[in-house]
Amino acid sequence: MLQVAAKKHRGAFTLDANFELPTPGVVALFGRSGCGKTTLVNVIAGLLAAERGRVALDDAVLLDTDQGVDVPPERRRIGYVFQDARLFPHLRVQANLRYALKRAAVAPFVGLDRVVDLLDLGPLLARHTHELSGGERQRVAIGRALLSQPSLLLLDEPLASLDASRREEVLPYLESLRDQLAIPMVYVSHNFDEVLRLATHLVLMESGKTIAQGDLGEMSLHPRVRAIIGADAVGAIVDGVVLGTDASSGLTRVQVGLSVLRVHYGKSAPGTKLRVQLLARDLIVATEAPRHLSVRNSLKGVVTSVAHDVEDSDLIAIDIGGILIMARVTKAATSELALAPGTAVWALVKTASLRPHAI
Amino acid sequence: MMWLSANESAALVLSLSVATRSVLFSLPFALLLAWVLTRKQFLGRTMLDAFVHLPLVLPPVVVGYILLLLFGVRGPIGGWLERVFGIELIFTRNGAALATAVMSFPLMVRAMRISLENVDRGLEDAARTLGASAFDRFATITLPLMLPGVLAGAITAFSAALGEFGAVITFVSNIPGETRTLPLALYTALQTPGGDAEAARLAILSFVLGLGGLLLSEWFARRVRRMLGR
Repeated sequence: MLQVAAKKHRGAFTLDANFELPTPGVVALFGRSGCGKTTLVNVIAGLLAAERGRVALDDAVLLDTDQGVDVPPERRRIGYVFQDARLFPHLRVQANLRYALKRAAVAPFVGLDRVVDLLDLGPLLARHTHELSGGERQRVAIGRALLSQPSLLLLDEPLASLDASRREEVLPYLESLRDQLAIPMVYVSHNFDEVLRLATHLVLMESGKTIAQGDLGEMSLHPRVRAIIGADAVGAIVDGVVLGTDASSGLTRVQVGLSVLRVHYGKSAPGTKLRVQLLARDLIVATEAPRHLSVRNSLKGVVTSVAHDVEDSDLIAIDIGGILIMARVTKAATSELALAPGTAVWALVKTASLRPHAI
Repeated sequence: MMWLSANESAALVLSLSVATRSVLFSLPFALLLAWVLTRKQFLGRTMLDAFVHLPLVLPPVVVGYILLLLFGVRGPIGGWLERVFGIELIFTRNGAALATAVMSFPLMVRAMRISLENVDRGLEDAARTLGASAFDRFATITLPLMLPGVLAGAITAFSAALGEFGAVITFVSNIPGETRTLPLALYTALQTPGGDAEAARLAILSFVLGLGGLLLSEWFARRVRRMLGR
């Protein structure tokens, strides 16, 4: 369990943060730029002093201002991947990596070979840092942080300075990191796509305060999260389990709540966990079991709430068996179908609009 | 050194020896002061800064005179050094090195400060999260990154030390083979009837040394910049 609490004043800005993360897990610190995410991460790392605060990872108390505990950053065993990589310019890639390994406080549980392999750093080892592309720099920075044998990894918008294609180049490495090493991570981002791909939990920050937190699925429908990501990106994040692959269509069947989704996901063993985002704008709501439609996916559920959304549309929350999803429909449809809490509905979604990720 | 007389080559060798001692002696102090003046906030910082720069604005004779008062045989520091360590500064080449060190000190501190100010503190923070202690960070990150400034400062100070006149002659006099460095030898030659040719040769020698120092400094700076990938 990672516990973080911090209070700090800086001019007109006030940091007042408080969150917990079950470990191992990946918590996304999510919020608009300038809401204090980096400040909070610096307090966790120990690079910035808090007026009052507590940082504890499992049994290790790293900061407790009430008890007078303040472990200096160099002894916290917290790896930090900075937005600007901060590779040492006078050292080559390999020396940058060894710099961390040499100073590790514990016997290495991730060695140089493993990190080089995990992040594909082999071809870069002999290079100068100024010969690296933005994506490569971040991969080296991630590798360097890992080699310090951290018990917690902080990633402060590691992909923010990269363009979309570079970002896509680094993301899979972060995913395999999460899946193969059980290091808890705090991932700072204002990009919901990254959060969707990587995080297990989400802490929402607004003007210095942590205003809501929870697991990603439940937080994906939080009104303030919706406000930040914009109407088009609103949608429930649901986790499902692979049942098998249809031999004829090649589609993967995934159990989600009471229903089964069919998605494009190559071959994967039954039992594999997949995550999909069901965008509100992609869902169609029916009050009868659909027939004669090309749509492959219909999720049976019950309307739990109808709320005004943007312009002339409503956001319909539907419980599909312990999982809440949301669909955007026009107000005209709401009244025509008499959608109200308790209405039995089918939520339809095209297979083509689903992009599953492994989790 | 076929074209130099015995006196002239003695002055050259002595100058190089004095300048080397001067730089080696002042380097650690300059580094410390550059660090303190750049990174630390404390009462009297501005005073200390001004004090370090005094030799730039004081007449060198005044510096020599102050050194004489402090480091002379009966001076508070000089007397102590002689009693405890048996170190004599007056009329010795070590004394000449001290005088040139004090005179070139501000140049060295200046060069180091500028390069230290340019070192990205974020890199030190990064080293810190990787487990590097304060001394470790300084030795492995800060110092290598400010190396161009340290080298430039050392070379400039060395060149300036070769040419220091007033403070040296005031503090340690003009003793052939011990404190008669190039400028002092040149001055002596000018005072000696028929010494014009010698004076000219010494002047050319000083010119060549100074120019060499500047070129060397530039070459070093460029090399280090390339090493750092800039």
